[in-house]
Amino acid sequence: MNSSTAVKIALIGNPNCGKTTLFNQLTGSNQHVGNFPGVTVEKKEGSIRKHKGATVIDLPGIYSLSPYTSEEVVTRDYLLKEKPDCIINIIDATSIERNLYLTLQLMELDLPMVLALNMMDEVRASGTSIDISKLQEKLGIPVVPISASKNEGTEELTQRTIKAAEQQLLPKKIDFCDGYVHTAIHSIAHLIGREANEAGLPLRFAATKIVEGDEPVMRSLNLLEPEIDIIAHIVDDMESHLKTDREAAMADMRYAYIGKVCDATVVKLGETKEHLRSVKIDNILTHKYFAIPIFLGIMLIVFWLTFGVFGTALSGLLAAAIDQFTAFSSQSLLQAGVSTALHSLIIDGVFVGVGSVLSFLPTIVILFCFLSILEDSGYMARVAFVMDKLLRKIGLSGRSFVPMLIGFGCSVPAIMATRTLPSERDRKMTILLTPFMSCSAKLPIYATFTAAFFSEYKALVMFSLYVMGILVSILYGLLLQKTIYKGKPVPFVMELPSYRFPAPKSVLLHMWEKAKDFLIKAFTIIFIATIIIWALQSFDFGFNMVTDSQDSMLAALGKLASPIFAPLGFGDWRAATALITGLTAKEAVISTFAVLMNASDTSAVIAMLSDIFTPLQAFSFLTFCLLYMPCVAAMAAVKRELGGYRVAIFAMAAQTVIAWLTALIIYQAGLFIL
Amino acid sequence: MKLNELKVGHTGIICKVGGEGALRRRLLDMGITPNTKIMVRKVAPMGDPIELHLRSYELTIRLDDAEKIEVEELIS
Repeated sequence: MNSSTAVKIALIGNPNCGKTTLFNQLTGSNQHVGNFPGVTVEKKEGSIRKHKGATVIDLPGIYSLSPYTSEEVVTRDYLLKEKPDCIINIIDATSIERNLYLTLQLMELDLPMVLALNMMDEVRASGTSIDISKLQEKLGIPVVPISASKNEGTEELTQRTIKAAEQQLLPKKIDFCDGYVHTAIHSIAHLIGREANEAGLPLRFAATKIVEGDEPVMRSLNLLEPEIDIIAHIVDDMESHLKTDREAAMADMRYAYIGKVCDATVVKLGETKEHLRSVKIDNILTHKYFAIPIFLGIMLIVFWLTFGVFGTALSGLLAAAIDQFTAFSSQSLLQAGVSTALHSLIIDGVFVGVGSVLSFLPTIVILFCFLSILEDSGYMARVAFVMDKLLRKIGLSGRSFVPMLIGFGCSVPAIMATRTLPSERDRKMTILLTPFMSCSAKLPIYATFTAAFFSEYKALVMFSLYVMGILVSILYGLLLQKTIYKGKPVPFVMELPSYRFPAPKSVLLHMWEKAKDFLIKAFTIIFIATIIIWALQSFDFGFNMVTDSQDSMLAALGKLASPIFAPLGFGDWRAATALITGLTAKEAVISTFAVLMNASDTSAVIAMLSDIFTPLQAFSFLTFCLLYMPCVAAMAAVKRELGGYRVAIFAMAAQTVIAWLTALIIYQAGLFIL
Repeated sequence: MKLNELKVGHTGIICKVGGEGALRRRLLDMGITPNTKIMVRKVAPMGDPIELHLRSYELTIRLDDAEKIEVEELIS
């Protein structure tokens, strides 16, 4: 039973068809996540349970093999270049018509394929029946009815997939075109045999794509001038006979064949129970007046649980554990008799630095638990539907709303959440805009400063900072749309999946992945950054350890940098130094003030701040804190999601410049008015 | 008439799919092809986009894009 031959299996299907659930059922926890080379599209791989030699790769969910979004390009390139040993094409049997559209395209690839008809439990419950053996015969590929969420039929699916892969069972050549389209495809197929072979493309696929007018395929075939002319002639001929254009003709041809297949195999008695229930739930959740209040209510509860109840409790526990561990390590190091410098490096540098970042972990895990529940249940798609009109004004789609909202809690999970956006352009823009949302780590800074300067107008100052973050991100969004991301936004044509109960396994695996992502980051980039800051703080330029932080390299840098901030009103070196340490975590801004001013606690800081700032300068400083480059953890996330240091550094620099300009305007205007 | 003019709850048959490029391809891929029955299920709270029901699933598109689709209303 233990098959040992190494086979590669590609898992392909529409978004929301249960692909990830099936992937999790097939692989259990033996999976790893990475990125496809060059693009930030998630790549998941794992070996099938009890079949160690069989690797399944979970490709991005797509509706068709036309390469428009980065997901579609990735999937198509993988199939054409990597040539997996078998495809599992999973489809949602409750909307079999639309799902078979992709199947027909996959059948042209000359790769062994098995069709997994998912959600068969729902189909049966609704009284619909699908004639499996007839469907198998009509499509010429093995068909296995399954229910991924209930783990039904997956054993049989595995067996048949491995068999198809090992015996290289190709789909039967079924001609699903007729009439003029048929003539066009076949004439072109005759013409391009050699070129298709040289380009390593399946002939039938290449011919179909040419009829469809697919640019990348045309280019990769290196056709000669006369062949291009003949092809143009054939296509013109087809278009004039059908009185429609090539794209519509092909889509129509596929759907017409699907119609025939479904008429012969699907006996439909009624809509599924789940679908009817979905429509009812939707009447409330996307209600004309209640939709937005309900959404805000849901997000409020999520935030309250994440950053309030659970978050604080778990963060507290974790912090206590880290403190214990630090104290214990410190003791052991002292007993082992290590040098003061090494002791300080390990305890004050690594432990404190990584520890402070690590305290984000519970927040991230909890937030992602809620997010994947919202996503898997189908609610996120509704949020996009409800909020689209608002976000379109800055060139984004409704889908960007949720990540930006999470940014008010913490940019790190917000940036990680942009993974759910289907368009690479939207994703990049959202990543650049999110850090302007005032994250919760900036709250201690606001609290200290408002206490020191604006005790009467506390709420007003806080509110104005939040609003300023939003305004700046809107303006920046408009600017990006006019400059770097000029391209047309990807069309907002989105499926609203039925509401379904999220599978606990998927939610847990998702949480684990994000936690792992974050931990890897904490121990690489953040690790290095904290050591650098520690070194700057602990040594002077002669590399002697300093006892007074005023003599350190960090303070020197702060003094060096302070003239930059003079036009903004806070040219004091302590402010500049605090902004530098604020890069490890925004909470560090206040603690740095405390250290540099020899203040014993926060109330002492509050009392002493008025020696350094006037209220106007303080507000300018707050503005800068709100807008300038985010903490190391967020920077690391940006770097990872934007896919490179260069773009990430550009993003950080742009953000800092925006912060500088905004603070400048506020301070100078303030001086002028007051 | 145009799809954006079809009233909520009403059903039409698609006659012609206009538009161009990626958007049009996407509409066709999603099953918006001539002779398909399509129902306008609802309008988003802010008046745009709209939710459609076709081929036994729900799809949402923007009003600007719906304007490019010609339908013939089905009087039931």
